Amino acid sequence: MRAFGWGLRATSATILSVVLFVTFIGIGALAHDTHFSMLWAILSTVLVWAGPAQIILVSTLGSGQTILQSAIAVTMSAIRLFPMVVAVLPLIRSPDTKRRQLVLIAHFTAVTLWVECYRFLPHVPRERRIAFVHGLGCGLMGVALVATIIGYLLAANLSQTFGAAVLLLTPLAFLFSTLRNARELADVLALGLGLVLYPVAAQLNSGVDILVSGVVAGTLAFSVHKWRERRAA
Amino acid sequence: MSDFIGDWHALVVLLVAGVIPNQIWRLLGLWFGSGLDEGSDLLMWVKAVATAILAGVIAQILVQPPGALASVPWGLRYGAVVAGLAAFMATRRSIFAGVVCGEVIMLAGKWWLG
Repeated sequence: MRAFGWGLRATSATILSVVLFVTFIGIGALAHDTHFSMLWAILSTVLVWAGPAQIILVSTLGSGQTILQSAIAVTMSAIRLFPMVVAVLPLIRSPDTKRRQLVLIAHFTAVTLWVECYRFLPHVPRERRIAFVHGLGCGLMGVALVATIIGYLLAANLSQTFGAAVLLLTPLAFLFSTLRNARELADVLALGLGLVLYPVAAQLNSGVDILVSGVVAGTLAFSVHKWRERRAA
Repeated sequence: MSDFIGDWHALVVLLVAGVIPNQIWRLLGLWFGSGLDEGSDLLMWVKAVATAILAGVIAQILVQPPGALASVPWGLRYGAVVAGLAAFMATRRSIFAGVVCGEVIMLAGKWWLG
């Protein structure tokens, strides 16, 4: 229980909470402008819990695309959650951990929690990590939820310039927080190649452009890493 | 109260187009991730692909901007990100400095362009 409180308090010790707050103000505002209800905006934050997926969902539905097209775009953006969950769970699990203890942690896993786990968990004893991450997840979601509601209520008064500034925050925050956390050359390469290859892949207009550029860029970055490793050995 | 809830149809769309397509990947991660070793090659590859997909989402927001961001000319969008990156590097990787610098450049550019 003390570890839960520790995790909860850890959310106040990170600049990413501020970034999360402003990002979700943007999402709340976007949901309002696209004529979704307050409950819809709240449920999307609690149940989807992934900024890019929520932005994609609101903007595709708002621009009149079909439910199927929206679902495909959302699922493409969400594929990154799979490796994130795979990467986060071994940091938390001990040999006697049951899978059901990890269900909520899998749900909390998104880019902010992923980055913060790498930063905080080395200082947390392994047996207290499950409680710590539950606290961290609840804290981050609380911040995002309050921001969604504020953004929704503010939306009527947002100028176009402020709206643009809020939407620009998502790419800036994601770019710098991923870059800050990149320890290996492979991470930096994957990020750089992914940025450069997406506009190329978008020319294909395949509907799965993000997947194409992501797999190609990620595989290239991984290959370069393995090649350097073998040469050094 | 009905304003707060909205129509049920939209909530069903949220579930079908938002919640399920998103959560399926977390569940798959929970299901298949248990047997994987922290330092394994497969995990390294998967992490590199995850990072590259996130980069794709970043690029998509900049290249095909949603909502109000579309009112900012492309040169200014890219310029703001490059300026933010420069500030991020110059301040020994301060996320705060990078974000603030990018935003200030975008707002200043928009103001200057009218």
